[in-house]
Formats: sequence, C-alpha cells, structure tokens
Amino acid sequence: MNLPGLLGGLALAALPALAADVDVLTRAEDTMRRSFPAATEEEWRTRLAQDEVQALCSAHHNTPPPDIAARIVAQSREGIRYPDDGKLLGNWKEGEKLASIGTGGHIGKIQPDRPGTRRGGNCYACHTMATKEVAAGNLGPSLTGYGKRLGNTPESARFVYDKIWNAQAFAPCSHMPRFGTNGWLTPEEIAHTVAFLLDPESPVNR
Amino acid sequence: MRDVARLKPRAVRWVLACACALLGIAWATAADDRRALDEIQKYRDMLKDGNPADLMELKGESLWTTPRGPKQVTLEACDLGLGPGVLEGAYAQLPRWFDDAGRVLDTESRLIHCMTTLQGMTKEEAIQGWTRPGSDMEALVTFVATKSRGLPIRASQAHPREAEMTAIGETLFFRRAGPLDFSCATCHSQDARRIRLQELPNFLDPASARESMIQWPAYRVSQSAVWTLERRLIDCIRQMRAPDAEYGSDAIIALQVYLQHQANGGVLEAPGIKR
Repeated sequence: MNLPGLLGGLALAALPALAADVDVLTRAEDTMRRSFPAATEEEWRTRLAQDEVQALCSAHHNTPPPDIAARIVAQSREGIRYPDDGKLLGNWKEGEKLASIGTGGHIGKIQPDRPGTRRGGNCYACHTMATKEVAAGNLGPSLTGYGKRLGNTPESARFVYDKIWNAQAFAPCSHMPRFGTNGWLTPEEIAHTVAFLLDPESPVNR
Repeated sequence: MRDVARLKPRAVRWVLACACALLGIAWATAADDRRALDEIQKYRDMLKDGNPADLMELKGESLWTTPRGPKQVTLEACDLGLGPGVLEGAYAQLPRWFDDAGRVLDTESRLIHCMTTLQGMTKEEAIQGWTRPGSDMEALVTFVATKSRGLPIRASQAHPREAEMTAIGETLFFRRAGPLDFSCATCHSQDARRIRLQELPNFLDPASARESMIQWPAYRVSQSAVWTLERRLIDCIRQMRAPDAEYGSDAIIALQVYLQHQANGGVLEAPGIKR
C-alpha cells in the first residue's frame, strides 16, 4: 500500500481530522523502509506494509471520524467465509486449546518459531474466559459466561463468528486482530472458538 | 426514577439481584488481580537487595576503561552528548542529535559510533552477541545508565531533527501492520491493562510512561538477563510478528525518542527489575 497515495486519495474533508500530518506519515514510512534491511520483499508486503484499514486506523490513532469509520465497517464486512459444512458452532474443546495458544508466526533470526508451530487465537492474552484460567489479560472485555449472556442461538453464533473473523465490521479500528480476514485462523478454527464461547458445556459458561 | 417506578416490583428485584451479582464478580476479579500483582511485587522487592544487573554495571565499567579494538584505546574519550568522557547525566539526555554523526542517536548507537571511530571496530564487532544474555552492549549501556541514576529524563527537542524524530516515533507508535494488526498502541494506550498477568504501561499517560522508562536497562526475571530498552523494543516488534528490526535503526531510535519525550522528568532508577 502506497500510503501517501492512499491518503492523497482521501476526501479532503477527512484530512484535517488526521491525528498525524501527511508529511510525517511519509517520513515515518521512509524510516520503516530503512530500518528493516534484512526483510525480504515478501516479508515487507505481508508483515510490515499496511493495508488500507491499517493505514487509516494508524493515521487516525484508532479513533476515525464518522465517514472513515463507516468506510472501515463496510469494507470489513466483505470477504467473510464460513466453514464448508456451514456449522458455525464447532468443538468447544478445540476452541479452548486455541484460546491458550500464543505461539506461531514469529519470524526472523532472533527467536523464530520452529517450523510447523501451531498458531492459536491466544484469546486469554486479552480476555477472561473460563474462570479456572486465572492468568487472563484484560485488554479486551471479560467473556466469562458469554454464552449465557448472549444465548446459544444461530443468530448469536453468526454474530460471534463474524466478530472473530473481523471485529472491525462492528467496531472500526478495534484493537482485536482480524483473525479471519488476515488468514490467521481458518473458518473451522473460528467455529471452534465460537463453540468455546457459546456452548453450554464449555467452561466459559459453567 | 419515573421509569423505575413503572417497572413491576418483581422486575425491579431481578434487576437489583443482577446488579449485585455483577458487582460481586467485579469485586472477586479485582481481588484476584491484586493478589497476583502483589506476589510479583514481593519478588521484585526481594531482588532489589541484589539486582543481578549490578554485575553488568561492573562488566560495563571494565569494558569502558579497557583498551580494546584494533586501535587498542579505551572508550574514556567517548562523547555521549555532554563532552568527551562525561558520563554523569549522559543517559538521561539520550537519544539526541550528534553533529559528528549527522543523526539522532540512542545510547547503543552512540556507543557503536565511539567503538567504530575511536577503537576501530566494525559495527558487527561492536554489537557482537547482542541477543545473548550478558552481551558487551548490554553491559556498557547498563554502566552508562547507572551514571544517570537519580537524574530526570530530559528529552531534547532543541534540534529540528530531534523534534522530527519525536513526531516520527509517535507515528510509528500508532502504526498498525502485520497479520495481527498490532501497533505499540494496541497494548500501551490504555490504563491498568495486562497481557495475561503482565501489567502494561500506558505510554499516552506521562505518569505511567515515567514509571516504565525510569527502569531501563532492567534485569528481566523471565529472561534471566539485563535488557536495554532497544533490546526490548526489537523484541516487541518480533512479537508483533514483524521481521527483525535492525539494531540501532532509525525506527527503533525514533520510538525511543518518543517514549523518552512521554516520560520527560521521570527520575531514573536504572538498572531496574522487570518481569
């Protein structure tokens, strides 16, 4: 993504609301380019370059004005995929495992993951879920009893699935990773995570 | 109140019961949090009697005063911004602009500058083994930092390039990228947040920024090693799933300039103790 090009293409009315000015944004991009000389072009594209939503959220310090926010929400609703079998409620035990896995995806020479290391959702880093797991973070809201609060209905399963796929379809510039859109979790893995949150048998709801 | 009065008594009782239950849950969670954090604080207090970083300070002093490199000279003529050989207060005013280098440099990159120009080393020789516990760079930075203990952080904005690096650092702090959409702000822009049980400084809040920044370099219990801020930032970026940032690169220096700016006035306790 060519950032100055992107920002130049924005409606002029949006520019005064930018938290950082365009000149500084351009210099920051140049600084980034200079500071990762060991990164391959592929790594630059997939790990360091910003897509449009990332660039907008960054430039607005995660509080976009209404028109930009609406654009992010609309864009975040696109491209959602569901599991082939159509089941949005997977296996909560698999979801529980994914909620604790914080490894995967580390690259470089300093401390990369071993090849084949499983990627997880690492939900516990930010959310309290089952109360037996005391080492839960609080960057996100507590999800304890989430299924009891929301109800184990097809509508709530769809909502939770969509939210994990791309939280920004509901909360533009949310801190939460876009697990589906970014291809971090598969549709099946997201369905397992939905089950961990909603299944009445899951420790989240017991 | 008029709306409440319109509710049936049973509904009111139910709402009150729910509110009480929620309060109870919040209370219990807060108590658990406090217990866990108290235990970490106790451990920190125990370590304060003999911070393992003190050994690094001694190693750093020896590296500073021993003739090394192809030119076999010491670092005692190294100018860290306050004049050749002046150590007192130098760390508190870094990173800063250096005319002779034509760049804003942090402590690490200024040491690299001195080791290459005075001692004749290559950059690779100067930072050799920087990812390993007990590296020469960690020791030298620890030694330099302890000479600013008790002094306030003074982030300079006097040179235009220093002001520019502050602005770039702020931009990078909010710059989201990669497969998890992370930026520094993801974890460090709200009060009283944690990843798992690890407390996170909020660098948008000067008090919280100071509390964190006065501790670097710090003995990190989880790593059994002293880490400098530069080392910490490069590892944050690794954990964001980015490729390795170059040691002493402008992105890392700009972030430090911004963080020092946020923590201006904080009285240095270096070396500190962190998780």
